[in-house]
Amino acid sequence: MTGLGATMVRAGRRLLSSLPALFGVLVFTFLLMRVLPGDPAVFFASGPNAGKEEIEQIRKQMGLDKSVPEQLVFYLSDIGHGNLGRSMMTGQPVLKDLRERLPASLELTFTALLIALIAAVPLGVVAALKPGSPVDHGVRLFCALGVCVPTFVSGLLLIYAFYYLLGLAPDPTGRIDVFTSLPPQRTGFLSVDFLLAGDVEGWWAACKQLILPAVSMALFVIAPLARITRASMLVSLGSDFVRTARSVGLSWRKVVITYALRNAILPVITIAGIVFSTMLGANVLVEKVFSWPGVASYALDALLSSDYAPVQGFVLLMASLFVLVNLVVDICYGIADPRVSIG
Amino acid sequence: MSEELLRIEDLHVSFSTRRGMVEAVRGVTLDVEAGEMLGLVGESGSGKSVTGFATTRLLDTAGRVTAGKILFRGQDVTKLRGDDLRHLQGAAMSMIFQNPRAALNPIRAIGSQIADAILTHKRISKGAARAEALDLLRAVQIREPEARMNAYPHELSGGMCQRVMIAIAISCNPALLIADEPTTGLDVTTQKVVMDLLADIAAARGMATILITHDLGLAARYCRRIAVMERGRIVEEANPKTLFSTPQHAYTKRLVAASPTATSRIEDLVTEEERERQATFVSKPRPELAHGTPPLLEVRKLAKRFDQGAAAVADFSMTMAGGESVGLVGESGSGKSTTSRMICRLIDPSEGEIVFDGQSIGHVASRDFHRSRFRKDIQMVFQDPNESLNPRFTAFDCIAHPLTRLDGMRGGDALRKRVEECAERVGLPLDLLPRFPHQLSGGQKARVGIARAIACRPRLLVLDEPTAALDVSVQAVVLQLLDRLRRENDIALLFVSHDLNVVRMLCDRTIVLRNGGIVEQGESRALFDNPKTDYTRKLVEAIPHIETGPLLAAAL
Repeated sequence: MTGLGATMVRAGRRLLSSLPALFGVLVFTFLLMRVLPGDPAVFFASGPNAGKEEIEQIRKQMGLDKSVPEQLVFYLSDIGHGNLGRSMMTGQPVLKDLRERLPASLELTFTALLIALIAAVPLGVVAALKPGSPVDHGVRLFCALGVCVPTFVSGLLLIYAFYYLLGLAPDPTGRIDVFTSLPPQRTGFLSVDFLLAGDVEGWWAACKQLILPAVSMALFVIAPLARITRASMLVSLGSDFVRTARSVGLSWRKVVITYALRNAILPVITIAGIVFSTMLGANVLVEKVFSWPGVASYALDALLSSDYAPVQGFVLLMASLFVLVNLVVDICYGIADPRVSIG
Repeated sequence: MSEELLRIEDLHVSFSTRRGMVEAVRGVTLDVEAGEMLGLVGESGSGKSVTGFATTRLLDTAGRVTAGKILFRGQDVTKLRGDDLRHLQGAAMSMIFQNPRAALNPIRAIGSQIADAILTHKRISKGAARAEALDLLRAVQIREPEARMNAYPHELSGGMCQRVMIAIAISCNPALLIADEPTTGLDVTTQKVVMDLLADIAAARGMATILITHDLGLAARYCRRIAVMERGRIVEEANPKTLFSTPQHAYTKRLVAASPTATSRIEDLVTEEERERQATFVSKPRPELAHGTPPLLEVRKLAKRFDQGAAAVADFSMTMAGGESVGLVGESGSGKSTTSRMICRLIDPSEGEIVFDGQSIGHVASRDFHRSRFRKDIQMVFQDPNESLNPRFTAFDCIAHPLTRLDGMRGGDALRKRVEECAERVGLPLDLLPRFPHQLSGGQKARVGIARAIACRPRLLVLDEPTAALDVSVQAVVLQLLDRLRRENDIALLFVSHDLNVVRMLCDRTIVLRNGGIVEQGESRALFDNPKTDYTRKLVEAIPHIETGPLLAAAL
């Protein structure tokens, strides 16, 4: 138990040491938003013919009449009080908006990552077992296709095939169709909430909505995962300890899975963490194509309408998630590899 | 056929490489009787390990047995498939490898790894397998075996890892054990303990053992019969005594001569004929130092503490005169490399003074030392000639680099001349200069490393195990080269090594280190002939001796 306690202490220390970086991100995004062209006051004025006074009033209301350093101080003190500001688009506090949309993005990203890992690791292993064989080349081709087709194209293709032609998938219009009643919110992950509520039909409906966007996202990240699995599996299979395992006649399964794969999976964990962070921020295209109510499309809309607060909130959220994901990866690594201790 | 356990008949093994098929073994014929220990000796590339891997069917996918038979109890191993093969591996014959730490699964507890091997061949419960694994750990004399069951390889020393490897190899009582350089890379004392253990276990269980090694002394100590391999063939087979006293084959003669013994001198390391060919240089006696000459290097109360824990080096003092050679010996972890690096100013000492040529250099931070004018005077030769050369630099670039950086030479004829001069100095053929490290042999790379170190005409050369990765015949040549450089260019050598025979030959004085402190120091021969401390005596006794040494000298 002391080992676990020590790990927690080190994890806490790691979180603390990432605070300066988060602060830097805050300030940087704040300044970036201020230098971007476009005046939010004009944008949110009642109409194109709004008078000068009206715009001036909005500006005062938003605090834009003050100098940039002053605005920054106000902004930081708001953040310190847990207030991310109010979105001009939705009229709601940014925190509330993000809290509503984050689970949708997370659910999509988790599912996509899971699908990608389930596909990529065996593909990588198979390719590494017979390097240079047709199987290896097949995997390489598949990976290349996955990477070179942008997610919105693969998403549209999937919709065309499974919704339009085959009619297997439901309308690509969000997390759930309008006729299904939502389960009581517990985790925010619809598939989990439905299960907790014991509503199997609803769960199935949510899963059907989820599967196409998740697959189109997964297709894009299978390539890096499969390639890193193959590369580290090749190293692992050629290593001395695999030779030792073969020298005492261990079964093929034991050699490949217990000895080679368990060692080869270590770099895959790292890459999976990076892939996850990237997907979370970059899945805006998929969210748009499938009308998925996630944080990325929310931030994009805000950015297009010069709505400062949501964009700043989004960047802060992403940065925090990135820190968190890296921490989780390091902890996983520490568990998987006894040689590593985080700190 | 009653006694014969393994018979290799005219074995040929080829590897398919980018440059086509390469024959690694060309016609090896060998017999091993039940219970005997056979030494298979040769230098790198002689095909000794490949013969071992072919026997246990562990060749890389690129390697193939192209002709010949390997009969184990009358059954041809090369034709076995599937379950028959797996039954053979581990249960009938098993193998011990060179680098024990790499040979164990880094993320699996050692107890589980031993149990894995047991469970492969025995239908017993997991608990019973673990109990057997524990017994095996006791058999290989691991202290606190219960606690070690759950240890990972990185938590054990190299010697411990090799014991675990032995435990895995003997777990199913094989009839034949192939040990491929089992103690290379271990300290001499550990080497002796591990080899004694291996020999005892083999004798107690009646296992035949093939000891594959480059170390003739080691083979002579433990084997009743030695087969010498060169370029894929067995050139000679005899008992150790005959082999050392009257080697028949020219290669064996060279190998025997190159193996340093307790009494050999640098000049003895090559055979008679070669010596005559090389005898062009006249060794001039070193001029006696004028009284009162300040020492070249003076180290006072040097200490190094790393972030936490005990001091790696404490209270280390020494002096060196110009052109003197001093050996720094000790087991791994004794602080000899740390000391040498502090003196080279690659790392900063925690305490103490380093005075070079009357000037204190210890306080100059190691990161700034490249700007000091003494950087030219103190140069280093590193242990691994493969790792210490930039793979994207040609041999020429490697040697030219210090000249351009430290001597401020620009390209052009002057630089070319200096580089060629250095190459000639170390006996590196000039046509090799445009080559990249991977196109050079180990000995050639070692020469490039030395040429680079002497390029700026240093006065002190610090050598960290410069020959540890080299074959004995190459080592012999490199040692002679170093000795010549010292005599002719008056370069002082600080020679860090675990090989006492080499230190005894090359160094005037020797300092024995243990746990970061000096145990004993003095004139080399006196120190080794009459060790004053138990520790030094233990070190000296652990060296595998070729006992027929004087006899050999007489024969030559």
